[in-house]
Amino acid sequence: MIHPIPPGTRDILPDEMRELRALQATLIEVFERFGYGQVATPTLEYDEVLQRGEGRSGVGAYRFFDERGELLALRSDMTIPIARLVAGRFADAQPPHRFSYVGNAYRIVRPQRGQVRQFLHAGIELLGSPAPEGTVDVLEVLSASLDAVGLNRAVLGLGDADLYRQLLTELGVEGDHRTRILDRLAEHNLVGLEMAVDDVEGLDAHGRETLLRLPGLRGGAEVLDQARELGGVAVERATQRLQQTYDLLVERGVAGRVQLDLSLLRDLGYYTGAIVEIYDPALGHILGGGGRYDDLVGRFGSAMPAAGFGLYLERVHLAQMEEERLTREGKE
Amino acid sequence: MSPTVEAPRRRLGGPLKLAIPRGALWGETLDALDRIGVDTSEMRGDSRSLVFDAGGMSLVTMRPSDVPTYVESGAADLGITGKDVLLEHTDRIVYEILDLGYGACRMVLAGREGDESLGETERRLGGMRIATKYPRIAERHFEETGHQAEVIEVKGSVELAPLVGLADGIVDLVATGRTLKENGLEIREEIASSTARLVANRISHKLRAAEVDDLVERLRPEKS
Repeated sequence: MIHPIPPGTRDILPDEMRELRALQATLIEVFERFGYGQVATPTLEYDEVLQRGEGRSGVGAYRFFDERGELLALRSDMTIPIARLVAGRFADAQPPHRFSYVGNAYRIVRPQRGQVRQFLHAGIELLGSPAPEGTVDVLEVLSASLDAVGLNRAVLGLGDADLYRQLLTELGVEGDHRTRILDRLAEHNLVGLEMAVDDVEGLDAHGRETLLRLPGLRGGAEVLDQARELGGVAVERATQRLQQTYDLLVERGVAGRVQLDLSLLRDLGYYTGAIVEIYDPALGHILGGGGRYDDLVGRFGSAMPAAGFGLYLERVHLAQMEEERLTREGKE
Repeated sequence: MSPTVEAPRRRLGGPLKLAIPRGALWGETLDALDRIGVDTSEMRGDSRSLVFDAGGMSLVTMRPSDVPTYVESGAADLGITGKDVLLEHTDRIVYEILDLGYGACRMVLAGREGDESLGETERRLGGMRIATKYPRIAERHFEETGHQAEVIEVKGSVELAPLVGLADGIVDLVATGRTLKENGLEIREEIASSTARLVANRISHKLRAAEVDDLVERLRPEKS
């Protein structure tokens, strides 16, 4: 007789478990080599704590009451719990703090989409180290991690989370128009973006062109020059931040796999400055992401700049398999 | 964005895969491909093939409503489908990158000509019964406009529903409005307008940027 398990969850059998364990071991070894000690935090947190980190509601963590009537939630990522941990237990210690994690996190699913409620997340957090050095330290570990698990073709998309917020402020776009434009950018709906931009009264032709052309800019260092040609303070600042980061990435030998991308907008509320997404040519979905969250730890009472990344391990595993298959087929 | 269990497999390299909608957009889509120098004569023939190689691309033909599914997973790098399909499948994460301009039609709420049953059921029974092939668009519309409605999903000719009393009205796509007229129905409200759109897989849009941008520029309709 088959007893069902909730949609979006699954059992893992020995063959897969063995490979996932090897994958985790490889990653933890890389994290340790760069000085990131592994921590574990509870799967359950007080809902209030997760909300404080998220800065907005609706992330869809699973919530329920415990036996005392306290509202608890399943964590939806590892970054907020680690920010809580550092603010509480390392407030007086000398930064920077380097931590790594491997653990399950939980997100809501939409029905009949094959989405998972529970996913295995592995990554690092570097707390107390500002941009651009801190960002570059994190990306260097990320690049070494991807190489270590055999994803030599994986690409890091690097963008700036503050670009559009600052640009819209500079252009005087506020209220509903601002929300609509940010929503269209987050969806990467360029048709809807053009409509939303055209609905803004009093926006000059130059502002319009800047808003419509920036999201198409992605590629090598030339992208920053193309952005600068559009002009404006917000664009100048963002390109400067990206340029500094990129120059350091060149020094560390990581820039070769970095794609500068001015269309990036991560959908988590706490990102500031540099943001990153991870792609592998063998897979149609992102492998993970990360970036700077300079305000997050401060929400827990101990302000410090911070950055990190997280990889979806099941997807990394899938990408490994696809890459191995491609190599095998290439040889035959 | 949440991870998926289903293996989103793809192969990088090789020709770009473009999903082409069969059905109402088929003819104008092939015309658009002809204009950018893609030879569509084989597709126009009576071949039963589903995949065609032309213009340096692999053209994959499918139902318009399947296009977002294939593109989201990366099984196709790019695709062409109607905005109506994208509105019905807003949960599919694809990049909408170009309005192709053709295939214009409107999503409307329609009722029987000269018949006030739509208003009457809402007034006396608290909600109208609406038949549609687009339940999510219909539900979102009634939610946003503050109307209560029972949305009934049907798969076939939706005009039938109000004629035989399954529903008080319908939400459906109209191009010329002839089908409505022939069935004694009239437009009460316009919900959205639609044209054909070019959509892209998010990873393809990043990792094959130059090829994608080149195709976008070639397909971009001239401003009238």
